[in-house]
Amino acid sequence: MLIFEHSRPGRLNYSQSPAKSASKSAIPQNLLRKSKVLLPEVSEMDTVRHFTRLSQKNFSIDTEFYPLGSCTMKYNPRACNSLAMLPQFISRHPLAPEDTGQGYLACMYELQEILKAVTGMAAVSLTPMAGAQGELIGVMMIRAYHESRGDFDRTEIIVPDAAHGTNPATAVMCGFKVVEIATDKDGNVDLDALKAAVGPKTAGLMLTNPSTLGVFEKNVAEMSRVVHQAGGLLYYDGANLNAVLGKVKPGDMGFDVIHINLHKTFSTPHGGGGPGSAPVGVAERLLPFIPIPIVAKEGDTYRWITEKDKPQSIGRLSAHMGNAGVLLRAYIYVRLLGLDGMHRISEFATLNANYLMAELRKAGFEIAYPNRRASHEFIVTLKDIKDKTGVTAMNLAKRLLDKGYHAPTTYFPLLVPECLLIEPAETESKETLDAFVASMKEILQEIEAQPDMVKGAPHTMPVRKLDDVKAAREPDLAWKPDA
Amino acid sequence: MPFIPHTKEDVAEMLTSIGAKTIEELFDEIPKELISGELTGVPPGLSEMEITRLMMERASQDGFYQNFIGAGAYEHHIPAAVWQITTRGEFYSSYTPYQAEASQGTLQLLYEYQSMMASLTGMDVSNASMYDGATALAEAALMAVRAHKTSRRILIPQTVHPVYRQVVRAIVSNQKIEVVELPYCTECGQILPESLANSGHEDFAALVIPQPNFFGVLEQVDALTDWAHSKNAFAIGVVNPTALALLTPPGEWGDKGADIAVGEGQPLGIPLSSGGPYFGFMACKNELVRQMPGRIIGRTTDLDNKEGFVLTLQAREQHIRRSKATSNICTNQGLMVTAATIFMSLVGPEGLRRVAAQSHANTLELVEQLVKIKGVERAFSGPVFHEVALTLSKSVVDVLSKLKQKGILGGYSLQGQYPELGNALLVCATETKTESDLQNYAAAMQQALS
Repeated sequence: MLIFEHSRPGRLNYSQSPAKSASKSAIPQNLLRKSKVLLPEVSEMDTVRHFTRLSQKNFSIDTEFYPLGSCTMKYNPRACNSLAMLPQFISRHPLAPEDTGQGYLACMYELQEILKAVTGMAAVSLTPMAGAQGELIGVMMIRAYHESRGDFDRTEIIVPDAAHGTNPATAVMCGFKVVEIATDKDGNVDLDALKAAVGPKTAGLMLTNPSTLGVFEKNVAEMSRVVHQAGGLLYYDGANLNAVLGKVKPGDMGFDVIHINLHKTFSTPHGGGGPGSAPVGVAERLLPFIPIPIVAKEGDTYRWITEKDKPQSIGRLSAHMGNAGVLLRAYIYVRLLGLDGMHRISEFATLNANYLMAELRKAGFEIAYPNRRASHEFIVTLKDIKDKTGVTAMNLAKRLLDKGYHAPTTYFPLLVPECLLIEPAETESKETLDAFVASMKEILQEIEAQPDMVKGAPHTMPVRKLDDVKAAREPDLAWKPDA
Repeated sequence: MPFIPHTKEDVAEMLTSIGAKTIEELFDEIPKELISGELTGVPPGLSEMEITRLMMERASQDGFYQNFIGAGAYEHHIPAAVWQITTRGEFYSSYTPYQAEASQGTLQLLYEYQSMMASLTGMDVSNASMYDGATALAEAALMAVRAHKTSRRILIPQTVHPVYRQVVRAIVSNQKIEVVELPYCTECGQILPESLANSGHEDFAALVIPQPNFFGVLEQVDALTDWAHSKNAFAIGVVNPTALALLTPPGEWGDKGADIAVGEGQPLGIPLSSGGPYFGFMACKNELVRQMPGRIIGRTTDLDNKEGFVLTLQAREQHIRRSKATSNICTNQGLMVTAATIFMSLVGPEGLRRVAAQSHANTLELVEQLVKIKGVERAFSGPVFHEVALTLSKSVVDVLSKLKQKGILGGYSLQGQYPELGNALLVCATETKTESDLQNYAAAMQQALS
């Protein structure tokens, strides 16, 4: 039932709105609204019930295991939320003077410093509001760098075929042409293809390492040399930073610019699709172009770095400083972890992934890159199963929902057929992983015994398989009173 | 180990299963010369008790103020239920609803949100959010250029939020789109439609129309929309959602209505929080929906013909279309939209109208008291919503500093962005301010100027 269907004309939550209609008004008649606003008229209690019930139709980390590749669905500590929502923090206006926000700015400054330390970059800007915006900002800095040198001919960005869709979309949004390069049979970027692709038109290479195939690019140092020698820059997509945090710094791998998904590696909540936060880090040569604002420390006081300090900055990419409250949650998380905790993230994420990969292999699943270590994630391919039984990766994913597990990432990366990209994250216990393996085994048996049942999954969710084609052909995108 | 549940026995058993001796061995594919060793610059870990103490100290260092700053972020009452429900784990810690059957809660909520925003803006369809108001406007500009096909120029009045203009410029200039700024009438604080008629602008993809504008002044939206349409360009409204409870929505501007409406969603139940996370909203006419960026939710049916909700029209998006997508946006501001949807449900149409009307009335009342003070004048003659530009006889910086000593954040100084206005201050009084708050402000201003 939609919230609108609980609505009755004339119902008002008196405690939630000004007591009476205001008397003063000086809005010209011709600018006044004449049409009704179709917001529901529902009691506070019924509103609370409606949205509480809706929440119960969701899977979430707090209720289910999410082995979702490249998404790093780890536990979101509750303290990060409650402390970021202290009343002084949430009531602070973004344009309030700096001296009324020293506590908040201290947190932001320290977060910048810690992110610099763990990534090996020269400076960090906290402004990007999501991974894709971090990418856009990073690629804009690459452009600004080349143009500042009078080099206007670099019109191409190289992207491996295994990359997230945001990489090529970002390059195009930034006005570049995308050159896609292939992956070799072991899951590495094809070095010869890279060598053939670089040249005087190369602005840069966007790379995720470990890659979305769940393996570490062993040749990253050589790739860096090839791209730099051609005059291009190296962009690090930090989507999988969780796998190497405390082991390898992107700065040491030769990257000139990076983004870090705080909603992955630094455990800020996914919130059903956002908000994210993706600070960008830069090497020395990109320092002049970094987006503002940044927090500086002078003596014991903190202040904003603005256009005046950074005249060559690519500018502002959000109305204030990105998703400030998300940054605060990440800050609290890094302080809770501390130095030792920071090293443990990648160690236990990698342990969990390799254990799960080993156990699933023993259970009879085919691993896409069996001769490689898993990073914090790995790929299972169901190609053989599909050829034999007709059961697809998507069918298996939906059947996992019935067993109380969120589905792994399906059909990504695009180059592995019928794939499941599985990432357990470090916060899951061995018991949870074992129970997941047991459910995967059960599904294997079900595929043998009753494939049609598996193809019809899910069976226990609030709805059965939904008609996507109808949704796209006859778009119903907003409720109307008489529909 | 914080947030890591493994016992020693677990680790041993897991390594045995893998066939490795140590965890370290699992990193043996990383070239040795890249391994960084012990990190420096990261402080030791804190317990929850210790971090609580630290954050409470930092929060109390920042304290509380009577806030009269608006300038794009507005203080409103937020019902307690909004964030109590929004931070339920099932919303807070859920993933993007790609697995529709396991995400019906989020998907239905987003459909309800889209329905509310479409009505509030008077448009046909809304997407499920952009990052913030500024980036929503930038995406609207890109969308207009894609749909227009021939022109790569956008007209933006100087009465649009200065940072929005900076963000638009930063984003669209990547695609060689030209941004032309239109001057405003320094007497009325508006874009004069008659000045556009003689402006010589013929070839442009869209005109941006703010309502209210950055000065809090109401623009002559009907004439501006019609003028843009007369030049075969799109009209993009950038609007305050609270104001739409009182004002003609973009979809009804002029003869045909604006084509795209965007804005900052923060006033709908999102706390000020030093600037984020907020959310940008974007709505448009049906004809433009396939050019719209971002996630869109549709209502459909399942195998039993039961109602359900899915992400739809995904052929616009980066995870399907990659380099041919309408935008690179992936993550949006889902949780903020959750809060906004609960907020709009709790206040309803009459509650939102009262919030808007009271904010408007409080601002008028404050101005009435302030202009009685010698040295305070209204900067513009145009009608306002809940924010007003004043010119002062003394330096705005000094005045704000004196007000701050009394615990009042007196407004946003326009001197940096609009030096031509002299000692100009932008002041906002929402429904959160009482009569005595307004009187205190006026008294403090009187002292500061005397």
